[in-house]
Amino acid sequence: MKNPVLEIKDLRTSFNIKGDYYAAVDGVSITVHENEVVAIVGESGCGKSALALSVMGLHEQKNTKLDGQVNFGGQNLLTLTRSRLDKVRGKDIGMIFQDPMTALNPLATIGRQIEEPMDYHMKLSASEKKKRTLELLRRVGIKNEQRVYEQYPHELSGGMRQRVVIAIALACDPVLLLADEPTTALDVTIQAQIMDLMKELQNQMKTGIILITHDLGVVAEMADRVVVMYAGEVVEIADVKELFENPLHPYTRSLLNSIPSNMESKEKLHVIDGIVPSLQNLDRNGCRFAPRIAWIPQEDHEETPEMHEAAPNHFVRCSCYKTFYFPEDRVGEREYVATNS
Amino acid sequence: MSLLTVNDLKIHYPIRGGFFRKVVDHVRAVDGISFELQPGETYGLVGESGCGKTTSGRALIGLNKATSGEMLFEGKDLAKLSRSERRNYTKDIQMIFQDPYSSLNGRKNVLNIIAEPLRNFERLSAKEELLRVQELVARVGLSPESIYKYPHQFSGGQRQRIGIARALALNPKLIIADEPVSALDVSVQAQVLNFMQEIQEEFNLTYLFISHDLGIIQHMCDRIGIMYRGRFVEEGTADEIYNNPQHVYTKRLIAAIPEMNPEKRFEKMHLRQAINQEYQTEYNSYFDKDGRMFDLKRISDTHSVAMQ
Repeated sequence: MKNPVLEIKDLRTSFNIKGDYYAAVDGVSITVHENEVVAIVGESGCGKSALALSVMGLHEQKNTKLDGQVNFGGQNLLTLTRSRLDKVRGKDIGMIFQDPMTALNPLATIGRQIEEPMDYHMKLSASEKKKRTLELLRRVGIKNEQRVYEQYPHELSGGMRQRVVIAIALACDPVLLLADEPTTALDVTIQAQIMDLMKELQNQMKTGIILITHDLGVVAEMADRVVVMYAGEVVEIADVKELFENPLHPYTRSLLNSIPSNMESKEKLHVIDGIVPSLQNLDRNGCRFAPRIAWIPQEDHEETPEMHEAAPNHFVRCSCYKTFYFPEDRVGEREYVATNS
Repeated sequence: MSLLTVNDLKIHYPIRGGFFRKVVDHVRAVDGISFELQPGETYGLVGESGCGKTTSGRALIGLNKATSGEMLFEGKDLAKLSRSERRNYTKDIQMIFQDPYSSLNGRKNVLNIIAEPLRNFERLSAKEELLRVQELVARVGLSPESIYKYPHQFSGGQRQRIGIARALALNPKLIIADEPVSALDVSVQAQVLNFMQEIQEEFNLTYLFISHDLGIIQHMCDRIGIMYRGRFVEEGTADEIYNNPQHVYTKRLIAAIPEMNPEKRFEKMHLRQAINQEYQTEYNSYFDKDGRMFDLKRISDTHSVAMQ
């Protein structure tokens, strides 16, 4: 087994809402190894971004409570002081944000922005910095790097800006990259380019990547291992191939069924009943997905759902996956029963 | 007869500069597109940001002014009608907007939002109006008491359904749906898409479905037009576009759909590289010397491509 780069253990991120703390990330444990792309998938509100921001220590401290461990490079990031943490983030952990329009400083040249993390973390002369920056720009697929070096963000297209954001994240040779919806704000063809670029860079640089996305297509293209989150909890972890071939948890199966895929056009898409509960209204006892699959009897769920290893390296929470079925698949059967009884 | 015929529609915006802010050039947002909508079908307008798909859609309901060309709705040219004449047709063409967070007025409750088109076009008593709104609210699957709630009290999918109820209020014939689900989560997307298909049958609606998401377009549309830089590059049935794309840009778009089978990801990456190669080497057979697309040429009854 490869070396773990990042170990998140029982992480709990709680936000203060009107005086009470509610956990948005509720006991999540994930390990990322060298040269591995771990995708975290879920819909808005499932806690995937809150998780990434907790790892980076980017939450507003006053109203956030962090418990658990984030072990990286032999230290627990959650207990580091601000100045110690600053030595890690931007250097050993790079971050790629969703929206390249807002992630860049409109008042600084591209060259200046890529050199900024080098100023903090590396001792380089001005000419060395420039050389390295041009090299980085070439590496992220920008051909006229000399010109782009002098340009400002507004002069570049969305795809080019995202390439620059990636260059900044890579500036100090990180061992771990956190990519929060890196292609969501981009056009389809640009998205494909950025995905291919990230795969290529990952092959060269052997960094671990945490890829946060809601798009299962992006997951299928990029990830080695997939973590599915629902309402602050991990509900399923599996290798990417296994997850798409043999999804187990009802939530994962529902998600996969609600995508208009190539196979079955014009058929009805699966709709997940109900809505994602808000932090305050979330029932934290029992299976959190149970209210949305109400046709599954209560006794099929566990009282305190645990992660089970259903197949080698394939973990799933709660026992409800064993008896889960889609009601639309059983419509015929039920009629059959009705006419016979 | 087709419900809507668009003929050589152009929408140009002037670029002003120099002395006296003279018009020095034009942005050709939409540069000569033609298509037809048959009653009851769903026509998909696809392309990347900036290709002019939204501009075209907005021109059809009169939010943008067409520079030239015809937009025949049931035989009447919408572009040539005066404001007051046009009013008769605005009832029949309604729009569903992309972002359910900004397309509903936050200070109005659901009753007032959905009743607004009714108040503009129909003289109903307060009681009749309430009845109509209640019907609509029930039809889009919201609870009856929700008519006194405000938009912020609903989830994204529910809000989009309020937007749809508003669009349905006047029993339109054509609905222009501009990226109706782009702002929503996948499971909510599925809900809204299913619902749009249901009401299409029920009310015999025709959709002009504008989107950049090729998976959704394939799921929803009967015929598809692919736009690039204000022009059509290819038009055909969903089957023709997805299984037999002819133009290199269409191929590029199709290849950019993420592969859902993780084992085929490198195959797909190589396919994309090959298509990029083709794009560079064969550029001249797809674009003329000014970088403009050729006119559409028919290659079968339903399939046209912009090639030399």
